[in-house]
This record gives sequence, C-alpha cells and structure tokens, in this order.
Amino acid sequence: MSARDNILQRLRAAPSGTPPLSPDVRAWQALSRGGMASAARAARVDLFCEKMAFWQAEVVRVTRDDWPAQLRTLCAAKGVRSLLYGEDTEQAAALLAAGIGGLQPYDRAIDDWKQDLFENIDASFTSTRGGIAETGTLIIWPDASEPRLMSLVPPIHFALLDAAKLYDTLLDAMIEQGWSGGLPTNALLVSGPSKTADIQVTLAYGAHGPRELIVLLLVDEEQTA
Amino acid sequence: MNSRPLDFVPASEFKRRAAEAVADQHLRKSFRGAMDFLIAKRAAQFPDPAALERQRVLAEQIRQYSLARLPDLLEQLERKLTENGVQVHWAENAQQANRIIIDIARRHAAKLMVKGKSMVSEEIELNHAMADAGIEALESDMGEYIVQLDGEKPSHIIMPAIHKTKLEIARLFAAKVPGAAYTESVDELIGIGRAVLREKFMTAGIGLSGVNFAVAETGTLCLVENEGNGRMCTTVPDVHIAITGIEKVVEKLEHVPPLFGLLTRSATGQAITTYFNMISGPRKAGEKDGPREMHLVLVDNGRSQAYADEQLRSTLQCIRCGACMNHCPVYTRIGGHAYGTTYPGPIGEIFSPHLLGLAATHVLPTASSLCGACGEVCPVRIPIPELLIRLRGDAQHAVRPGRVALRGQGAARSRLVDAVWSGWAALYSRPALYRAFGWLATRFRLLTPPMQSGWTVSRTPLKPAKRTLHEEMANR
Repeated sequence: MSARDNILQRLRAAPSGTPPLSPDVRAWQALSRGGMASAARAARVDLFCEKMAFWQAEVVRVTRDDWPAQLRTLCAAKGVRSLLYGEDTEQAAALLAAGIGGLQPYDRAIDDWKQDLFENIDASFTSTRGGIAETGTLIIWPDASEPRLMSLVPPIHFALLDAAKLYDTLLDAMIEQGWSGGLPTNALLVSGPSKTADIQVTLAYGAHGPRELIVLLLVDEEQTA
Repeated sequence: MNSRPLDFVPASEFKRRAAEAVADQHLRKSFRGAMDFLIAKRAAQFPDPAALERQRVLAEQIRQYSLARLPDLLEQLERKLTENGVQVHWAENAQQANRIIIDIARRHAAKLMVKGKSMVSEEIELNHAMADAGIEALESDMGEYIVQLDGEKPSHIIMPAIHKTKLEIARLFAAKVPGAAYTESVDELIGIGRAVLREKFMTAGIGLSGVNFAVAETGTLCLVENEGNGRMCTTVPDVHIAITGIEKVVEKLEHVPPLFGLLTRSATGQAITTYFNMISGPRKAGEKDGPREMHLVLVDNGRSQAYADEQLRSTLQCIRCGACMNHCPVYTRIGGHAYGTTYPGPIGEIFSPHLLGLAATHVLPTASSLCGACGEVCPVRIPIPELLIRLRGDAQHAVRPGRVALRGQGAARSRLVDAVWSGWAALYSRPALYRAFGWLATRFRLLTPPMQSGWTVSRTPLKPAKRTLHEEMANR
C-alpha cells in the first residue's frame, strides 16, 4: 500500500465521535460588528490610512486626474531612476503620458532578466484589487501583466488603490469579491513594507522585500484635502 | 558556511539541560525580556475579553470541524491542487518526506535550496538529509539564518534566534559572513542578511516553504510572514516545494480569516503580518514569474496517532502561534533548547510524544507546573494542561481498555513506584491495617530517612506528626 493509502486508512479508522457543527463565520463577524452596519466610506478611508501609517507605509491621497503627476513628483523626490510597470493595464497609458523618467515594462519572463530585476530596478508601480480598513492591508492580484515579483523585489513599491474598493474586513473582501470562485496563481495581502524583529525583538524595515510602500489612494476630489 | 546541522539532543536528558539553563542568568534575562514583550503585545491586541472568547470558540470549532473531516478534506485538497497543476506527495514519516524532496532536487540537479520558515522541515531534519545528499539547504528567515549560521537550532517556533543578543549576532556576522564588517546596528545587520540572501534567492534551483493553512475548496496554500523571504522562496526559484503536516487543512477559504486574525495577534501581537501569501499553483502559460513546478508534501510523522484518540486529537488543532510558550513559566526560565525537540514549550510537550514516542519524551509532559496559562491563552482552546496529565498517565501505565496504545506507552513505568502505590492502595482500603500503620508511623517517626529520593532534592524531608489526626481528634 502507498503512503497515501496508509495515512488515509489510519485517519478513517479513527473514532468519529459527535460531528462538530459547521462553523458560522459570517454570524461571528456580524456579532463582532456589534450589530452595526459596516463603516461609512469616509470612516473606512480614515481607518485604512491610520492603520497603514502604523505599518510605516506612506498614504498619498490622489485623484483620477492627478495620480500620474503625483507619482512623478514622488519618484523624483525619492530619487527613483527606474520604475517597473505592467503593460496592458488600465494605468499604463496614463503612466506613459506622465513623463516619468526610467519607466520600464515587465515585458519578459523573469528567467531572462532576473539579475537585472534584482539589481537595477529602484521601484515598481502596481494596481491593487482593493484594500482592508480594519488591518491597513492591500489586496494584490498578480497576473500576466503585473507579475508576482513586482510587489516584492524592487526596494520601493507604489500601489494604486481605489478608495471605493476598501472593505471593512478580510472576510468582507473575500465574500464580496467572490474569491473562492477563482483565485489567481498567487493572491497577496500586503500590510506595509517588509520587516523583521528577529534580532533582539528590534523592528527593522526592508528585510527581504521593499523598504518602502507608498499607497496612492484614489479618492473623490473633495476628499483629497 | 552551512556546516552540517546539529542533531537534536535527546529529550531524555531534559533535566540536566534544564538545570544548566536555569543557572544561565544571561539566557534567563533574554527570555524573560522577550516573553514579557510578547505577552504585553498580545494582551494589547485583545482589549475585549468577550470578543476574544467568541473568536476562540469559533476558531476551536473551525479546527475541530476540519479535523472531523480530515481524510475527506485531504483528498479534496489533493484533487484541487492537482487540477491547479501542483504535484501532491504523501509521507508517513521523516525518511519518506526527505526522500521525496531529495528526489525532486536530484531530478532538477539542484545544488542550492532556499528555505522559508517551516517547522515541519525542522521536524524531519531536512537540512541534515539534504547535506548528506550533497545539496545545500539555506534558511532565509532572518532568525533561522542566524541560528543556522551559528550551527544551532531555533529556540522558539516564531522567533528562532530569540536566545541571542544583538552583540552576539554582530560578532557572528563579522566572523561568518564573508566581507561583512563588524556592526552593532540592527538595521545594518539586517542589511547584511538581506544582501547575502538576495544573491541566494536569485541562484537557488529550489525554494521550500511551510504552510500555515491549506484550503481544500480552492486548493490554496496560505503562508504568513513579515519578511518577504517566504514570497522569495515560493516565487523566484524554478521549483517550489511546500511541506506541511496533514492537520493544517481547512475546508473553506472563509474559515481562514478568524484563524489568521488569532494567529498573528497571539504570536507577535500584530493585527496582521506584512504578507499573507495565498498560492494556488505554479506559473501558468503567459505568466512571467513564479515557479514552473510546484509540489506539496503532506507529512503524517505521528500525527495520525494523536488523531486516533478523541482526547489527544485536540493536539492537532494547533495553529503554531507560540503563545503557550510565551506564557509558560517553565519555558521562560529554561528557553527552547533545553527541551531538545523541534517544538518546545507546552505545545511541544503534548505534540512531541506522537512524533518521537513516549520512550524518548515521557519527561516532557512533566515540565509543567500545570498553572494553566497555556490553555488559557491558546487561540484554538487546546486543553493543554489536561493533555499533559493524560500523557503523564500514558507514560506510567499500560493502555486502558478501549484505547489504542501510544508509541512508548508505559515507558516511564517504574516497579518501585508501582509497588509503592499498590502497597498504599492495600493499606488505605483496610481500616485496621491503616490504623496500625498510623500508630507505627507516628511512634517510630524518628526513623524516617533524611534523604527521600526526588522529594528532598529541593524540599525538607517528610516526617510523620507525633500523633495521627484521628488520635488528635479523639483527644480534643
């Protein structure tokens, strides 16, 4: 018999006892909200910004019109000489039109330019699929045009988040976006820059991934102030 | 640099190592400070006891529900992962698991494997097996990298290098990392590790990771981390091998958030970690990065023994947060290495007997004052103190009717102790004999020996009173 058969046979031979009830995760969440409706959008945005700041991420409020210019200014201020971006994205045209120096598309398989990516790219720009207010978290959904390593290898990561896609909790995001119906190869939650406290519980940023995370938060005109 | 990893020291020498650790003021200060820090950070995350209790009850229910359907969920997970293009392997023990991984590495002629944090890989002594097969296995979690560089093993499941001070790490890096200048700055030390390991991520043929939650309905492996090395190991090399114990599976994706929220808050007092990495397959056609090949190794290694017993099965509810060790008065005083096992602290005391057998581990369940802190903080409500008592009994006695014998059942049984208890039972159940014994014991009290084996190691000798309680009451 194979290892698989042996293991499954041992597990099936065990007493089954009283089967536990199916866990009701949604009822628990409704209860932990205290029966109140989910947070209003403005409160959600504020909570998200507060939590992101706690994770040492920068949040810059932008509009649909001015985000490329704001990104250009940020890149200049941080001395970014090369900015990795994804082709075939909604944002690509606006990025190219913004006159940002050193724009470089992720247009080849990693195998062809691994060393270059690790050593010569200062920053990256990606879209996001939404955010989570409770924990200050970005939902990143890599695909063929915005590959997985964009949010990991370059030392600075700029992420564009539409405030309309903020959810109160992870469970809300999962349910409302229907994650269980189809996940990408690698879905990610990102809360701040990479960090470690492995040396004498002292927090240090930029452990293996980005040292800086800058969220460009798309809000309506009147909320940018 | 990657010297042959150390074998774990036998658990049977626990008492000697514990005594040494207790006498090491420096070690005790390190652990006390770190544990106090983690206890305070956890407490700050749970301001509302009622809300915490609701979440613990739900988490316990999710884990029990998943375990009750474990064989079905494992098959569902295998089916979904296979559909997603992942190769699933099963290993009954450490040897089989190591063999599977070495075979994959050989097939790809890999010289270097970069590793994300995986306690199961420690449990099966993978680094050792890889070294024997001529393949370098390099730890890439900063804490794991540090302890591997010093030829040590982790002393905590979440913070592997917690026993080391900044100055020790500064000296270690200057001595062992080629080209590294001496620095006491934590940022610079992390920078050194980052530079060394980024080079390795780029060149490694294989990346290995653990799994925090495996979701059966979608065929998704979830990894929890702050550093990003887990993402590097699972994305940059051409081959990704994930390894996990068979108990980590849950049925639905929506079962994950309550467990994840408790895991990070209980472990390090964080509401969430920097990264939550949900992997559902290797690189698809048209994608530009990610591994071309992906494997999952499902490891039993004694877990099905715990599963076979309805009480001991709760051991498998564990989500590896480490809160039980952070709050354990014994762990805080002796540190993780004294246990001599992969999993130290209270969870190790109830889990290791299934991995290694009671013959090697029967002393571990006694390393507890039964104060109950571990059970009280456990996010999935494992009744750790009850399981400690149960395993102490299994170590001393033959199997009870209706139960399955554990590996090493009765290994700590002593004829002397058995005889004393049988004698006492005979005496205590016969009133005339008991009165006679009381009379003799009080009248000849001066004959009690001053050395009374284990009792007098740290206590004054027992000596009967001048008169029995019955006599005192009669004369009142």
